[in-house]
Amino acid sequence: MTKVGVVVFPGSNCEYDAAAAMVDLGADVEFVWHSTTSLTGFDAIILPGGFAHGDYLRPGAIARFSPVMDAVGDFANAGGPVLGICNGFQVLTEAGLLPGALQKNRGLTFLSHPTTVVVTSTRSVLTRGATLAQELVIPINHFSGSYTCDDETLARLRDEDRVVLRYRDNPNGSKDDVAGVANEAGNVVGVMPHPERAMTTLLGSADGRVLLEGFLMLGAAAPR
Amino acid sequence: MNHSVIVEVTLREGIADPEGATIERALPALGFDGVTNVRAGKFFRLEIDAPSPDEALQRARALAERLLSNPVIEDAVARLRPS
Repeated sequence: MTKVGVVVFPGSNCEYDAAAAMVDLGADVEFVWHSTTSLTGFDAIILPGGFAHGDYLRPGAIARFSPVMDAVGDFANAGGPVLGICNGFQVLTEAGLLPGALQKNRGLTFLSHPTTVVVTSTRSVLTRGATLAQELVIPINHFSGSYTCDDETLARLRDEDRVVLRYRDNPNGSKDDVAGVANEAGNVVGVMPHPERAMTTLLGSADGRVLLEGFLMLGAAAPR
Repeated sequence: MNHSVIVEVTLREGIADPEGATIERALPALGFDGVTNVRAGKFFRLEIDAPSPDEALQRARALAERLLSNPVIEDAVARLRPS
């Protein structure tokens, strides 16, 4: 059975949503406390949403120095699938595992509502099960979700087909409508929307399933 | 010996600053006209045990770059605080 590690920092608060989604899709889940130094035995890793270390200083700024992050870096460099959702995305950018940064939303508004995102690349562990140009309704829930990077980085992301999700109607001022990006190899992905909260129409949308099912397609060939 | 150091972190030029922009928009409503280029940032005051002020400053710059700021979007400036 596929074993997914969900990293828990002090202040994480979406770890149970992430775990429930993984269990729903047939995976075995184990929580990984942030002081853990080894990720041996895991097939995939999720950094969930929340406010790791209180988001003090900047979201993810303290969390990137948590002991587990060295192991996450090793796991990622070895090609293991790593997904950062919301605060997890912020942690991955602070850790340098993904380019750019997440800034306060345009208008300084905390945003919590469903949003429509467009799949703009299927060459990542999160979007490999989806179709290009597919529109998905996934909720967002963030204050610092405005993606930013320098123009050179953005050009590279576009050239290398690494912007995996874009907002159809940009809610937060993200550069180039970016809602999610991947690393060069496509095995590390960060997204601001919460696919783990879009698992059933009963709660508004089941569009997160196609993303997380793709994430668990571990037997599939590496995205690139 | 302890040296008092101030570190200021601001968003780099060209990076949108929604906080600064909001403050700037609020000022005319309060009667403060003619204020432009408002940039919001962070201010840190540190005491650093180092043999010389220069070394304290060097260490402040290193820690400002590693932790206090995110060099992707922010600039950090360290200076000694006059005692």
